[in-house]
Amino acid sequence: MNLAIRDIGYHRGRFILTSIGLGLLLGVVMSMGGIYRGLFADALAVLDATKADIWVVQQDTNGPFAESSRIPEDIRYRIAAVPGVAQASPLSFQTIQIERMGKPFRFFLIGFDLNGFGGPPAIVAGRGIRQKHYEMVVGRGMNMALGEKIHLGLHDYTVVGITGKIVSSGGDPAAYVSLADAQEIQFKKDNDAIRNDRERTGARVAGMHTLSPPQARLLQGDISGITESTHTVNAVVTKLAPGADLGEVKQRIGRWNHFRAISGEEQTKILTKGMIEKARMQLGLFRVILLVISAVIIALIVYTSTLDKIRTIATLKLIGAQNRVIVGMILQQSLLMGGIAYGIGYVLILLTYEKFPRRIVLEPGDLQGLFVVVIAICTISSFVGIRKALRVEPAEALGG
Amino acid sequence: MFAVEVEKLTKIYGKGETAVTAIADATFQVSPGELVAILGPSGSGKTTLLTSIGLINEPTRGRVVIDGAAVADDGWLPGLDLKRLRREKLGFIFQAHNLIPFLTALENVMVALEINSLSRSAARGRAVELLTALNLGHRLYNYPSSLSGGEAQRVAIARALANRPKVILADEPTAALDTENGKNVMSLLKRLAVENRSAILVVTHDHRMVEGFDRIFHVSDGRIAGEKNNLEEVAQRHELG
Repeated sequence: MNLAIRDIGYHRGRFILTSIGLGLLLGVVMSMGGIYRGLFADALAVLDATKADIWVVQQDTNGPFAESSRIPEDIRYRIAAVPGVAQASPLSFQTIQIERMGKPFRFFLIGFDLNGFGGPPAIVAGRGIRQKHYEMVVGRGMNMALGEKIHLGLHDYTVVGITGKIVSSGGDPAAYVSLADAQEIQFKKDNDAIRNDRERTGARVAGMHTLSPPQARLLQGDISGITESTHTVNAVVTKLAPGADLGEVKQRIGRWNHFRAISGEEQTKILTKGMIEKARMQLGLFRVILLVISAVIIALIVYTSTLDKIRTIATLKLIGAQNRVIVGMILQQSLLMGGIAYGIGYVLILLTYEKFPRRIVLEPGDLQGLFVVVIAICTISSFVGIRKALRVEPAEALGG
Repeated sequence: MFAVEVEKLTKIYGKGETAVTAIADATFQVSPGELVAILGPSGSGKTTLLTSIGLINEPTRGRVVIDGAAVADDGWLPGLDLKRLRREKLGFIFQAHNLIPFLTALENVMVALEINSLSRSAARGRAVELLTALNLGHRLYNYPSSLSGGEAQRVAIARALANRPKVILADEPTAALDTENGKNVMSLLKRLAVENRSAILVVTHDHRMVEGFDRIFHVSDGRIAGEKNNLEEVAQRHELG
């Protein structure tokens, strides 16, 4: 006769509620693990989708994700001419926050050359961008429908395609437009701003009949600002020709073109080690704390459950029950509770992980590892109850 | 051969100036099928005497023999498996029935048998037989919480009898029952002593409950102060049995 199962069956309400509570806690631990993995996936999403061998960015910067990087667009031609480079394509990145349906709507806008690479990885609905202007492909996370319009900068953009779940390293959903549109959105001033700038410049020279050379230089600067070129990008991504030496190409770009060339591997390191390291560590620590809390809770539940059964245990001892009967009862209950709680947590997270605002990546290895940890916690926690049970004297069964 | 032999049994709690002698030099024998009451006021040492015979409380001095096997001689004898002896030779009945709350009446009896390595089907058969014999055939699947006090105590008696023990030790088995149920339980014990040839030692403080017992020990301040025999009645009852 399995005493553990009988006890659980008799106190099933209490057992189920306890398991649900513990399951919710383990669900949070699982989601933490998922967010932890999701941070990596998010951080590397654009990087992986671009499939570039080298990222050319502004000298002495870690751009374009970790730091600001601005380089002229036409540099792509010089990069493409470097021996070993098969293809060079400019990219522009910017984070945009607008009002949509009365709520703040934040996303990551990527501008790419329609004839180059670095565009949306795969179109899951609609089509890719065909026209140079006013079309956009959005990530699934944007929750926008095909044909929907969005006002950015000076113009309306129509959603013509939907790509997979692609996000920025900060977790904001991403959208793609043509490079020309991205540059216009980022740099081109609207009519009111241009009018204001003109007024300000006019006011500064008002009443001056002649300008000294320094004043003329200042004025020249102001006028250039108003009519600034939009032909700036954040990075030029390159693909190497077969057999090309990555290190050599990087060195050439750095030495002769005065830009920083970052390999895909280095860019991965910058993103994972630099940008998300603290968040990753914090999540890891939080996960460990939650596991410790789970262990304490399981130990307390097992201990109080053992206290409830002191008279039963004493009676069993008095009628000659071996220690293994009593140890088995406590250990099996603890393991069963851990197993059921794990199942509840797993089902919960499986049903909800796609609804989380940030990406949750459930790795089978992580889940199996957590299961082993939960079983270990249950086993160790049950020692507290077992120790108490083994110290119970049979004589405690006597008396009123 | 006696079912229980006790010789100069002494139990002292504590040491030095704080030492308390709970039982001093108790000597007696109980034959199989004999029903013995241990009477005495609260704190007189009767439960200590019972637990020392029941292999729960180690005697400080003296000798205890259960069913011909010596178990204590100035302390437990070395290499003794007390749990196995309790399982095989002894049956216990408590003041409160001490049934396991999450097991049905049937399972409460079965558990004592399964602990003693009986197969599930054999344990079930024996448990049903016992409970039916104690007029609990209709309560097999009831949990202790839904049994009356008398019924629960009868299940406890069935559990105590399950492994056909040589000695049954009962600690105030009627304390939690009303007079009528208490008398019924005592009658049942008397019947079982004869039917099963088990020695039954009952600790009680209630004089009204010991009517018809073979022998009655009066315990006072740790000593057996007096003994009353009903030997003629015993002989007659055994002849009838």
